[in-house]
Amino acid sequence: MTAAASRTHRVLAPISLAGVLLLLWHLTVRLSGSDLLPTPIDVAKGIGELARHGLLAKYIVASLFRVTWGFGLAVLVGVPLGLMLGWFRPVFSAVNPLIQILRPISPIAWIPLAILWFGVTDAAPIFLIFLASVFPITVSACAAVANIQPVYIRAARNFGLSRPQLFRRVIIPATLPQIITGLRIALGIAWLVVVAAEMIAVNSGLGYLIIDARNAGKRYDLVVAGMVLIGLIGLCLDLLVRRLERFDEVRWGYATT
Amino acid sequence: MSPNPSPTLPVAAPFEAREPKPVPPRPAIDVRGVWMSFTGAQAEPVHVLERIDLSVAPGEFVCIVGPSGCGKSTLLNIIAGFLRASQGQVTIEGQPLAGPDPSRVFVFQENGVFPWLTVRQNVEFGLSRTPRAERAKVVAHYLDMVGLVGFEDAYPRQLSGGMRQRVEIARALAANPHIIYMDEPFGALDFITRLKMRADLTGIWQRERKTILFVTHDIEEAVQLADRVLIMSRRPATIQEEVRIDLPRPRDLDSPGYLRARDRIFHSMGMSLRVGESAVER
Repeated sequence: MTAAASRTHRVLAPISLAGVLLLLWHLTVRLSGSDLLPTPIDVAKGIGELARHGLLAKYIVASLFRVTWGFGLAVLVGVPLGLMLGWFRPVFSAVNPLIQILRPISPIAWIPLAILWFGVTDAAPIFLIFLASVFPITVSACAAVANIQPVYIRAARNFGLSRPQLFRRVIIPATLPQIITGLRIALGIAWLVVVAAEMIAVNSGLGYLIIDARNAGKRYDLVVAGMVLIGLIGLCLDLLVRRLERFDEVRWGYATT
Repeated sequence: MSPNPSPTLPVAAPFEAREPKPVPPRPAIDVRGVWMSFTGAQAEPVHVLERIDLSVAPGEFVCIVGPSGCGKSTLLNIIAGFLRASQGQVTIEGQPLAGPDPSRVFVFQENGVFPWLTVRQNVEFGLSRTPRAERAKVVAHYLDMVGLVGFEDAYPRQLSGGMRQRVEIARALAANPHIIYMDEPFGALDFITRLKMRADLTGIWQRERKTILFVTHDIEEAVQLADRVLIMSRRPATIQEEVRIDLPRPRDLDSPGYLRARDRIFHSMGMSLRVGESAVER
């Protein structure tokens, strides 16, 4: 198969499958006459309606804004913290148990405290997103340091690198591929959590759209529209992070594709 | 523990009776009474190296051979300053060893080329204090020497194993060390590439006259490369014999001198050259 043909397959195959499933969805709902699920056409109309009222862009921007802040802060804290934990064994011994206790607490469980501390402001979901993504980022950066091939450290020591040079020229580039994988996982989680947080802690965003559409008028077409938008934006975010894996400086760290 | 008999050292006679080389006043590498023990799984001491004495003259090419797992790699790591010996003294160019240093570069068995840097960036890794213009000249010179001109901007993952090992050798040479330590650097390469790399390394050594201490389990490799071959025993390892290879370079792999040296090392390591009978005599 030529490269062009394989690319056509990569795009065409999933689109055809999606088309078939949408058709199946539509026919099932129509033929059964059920009101438990809107048809894809109802959902599309609902998205159109949101766009006309200016809510589509507003809610998407609101959700992305919170994810950007929460995730960005988590990167700023998690990457250096993880690198430090991986490099300094005593710090790891001291801090790791605490991380392992905090990590399994679902970010949803923090919602009451988040509202108590931050009120119904953007800070509450940002805090929750930060909590949700900082642990996977920290843990992956820490593991990345532990997984550095000793030969790279030895070679660097051999060339007489100082501690700061060693970090900048060897530790960071050597850990970058695994850190990016951690970022990808964390961003997926962040996007899950923003929806949950918006359902309770604020009154804008895609999570709020879903809960509000249900509570205000049982508008299940809008509920499903919210779900579809969340899915599509989640896909875009993942593709965006995957872009990072294509850079020459990190491509060595992934299986050849 | 190893069933090794009490270490009776055969007298280290030169392989072919010739005038002994004049001993230089200060050896490049001098190892005296080095012992190395690890703590085993049951907290019992495991002796790896026992009373190692060796000396390498400036500009000399010395190979250490020994059975796998005998501790020759451990010895090289001690001499390079990456490991600390349990006992004994390592002196480098008259100074007690204080740790790894850019004047003595290690070429690793598992390839220490940085995969996130291009070939050029790898070769100039040890040159951060060199002015930019001179750096470019040095890099060009050594890439030419190892035959990688045209691959300056390639990444290691785009190169073959042999080419990656050449990058590492160029990186070592570019740092302008006095001594190069090589730990089975060609072990992962195929037979043809290995032969070519040995020929290239010999050529480079003849031009640069660095002191090279080269560890290998491949007897043929040692005889093709070295001025002197040190044979290590099984664990706990010691230098059991020393064979001087007084053969002109380029070496003829069919010459009687080559074959005699090779067979002597085979014999010393307790190996038979006949396939089919018990390979180990002891």
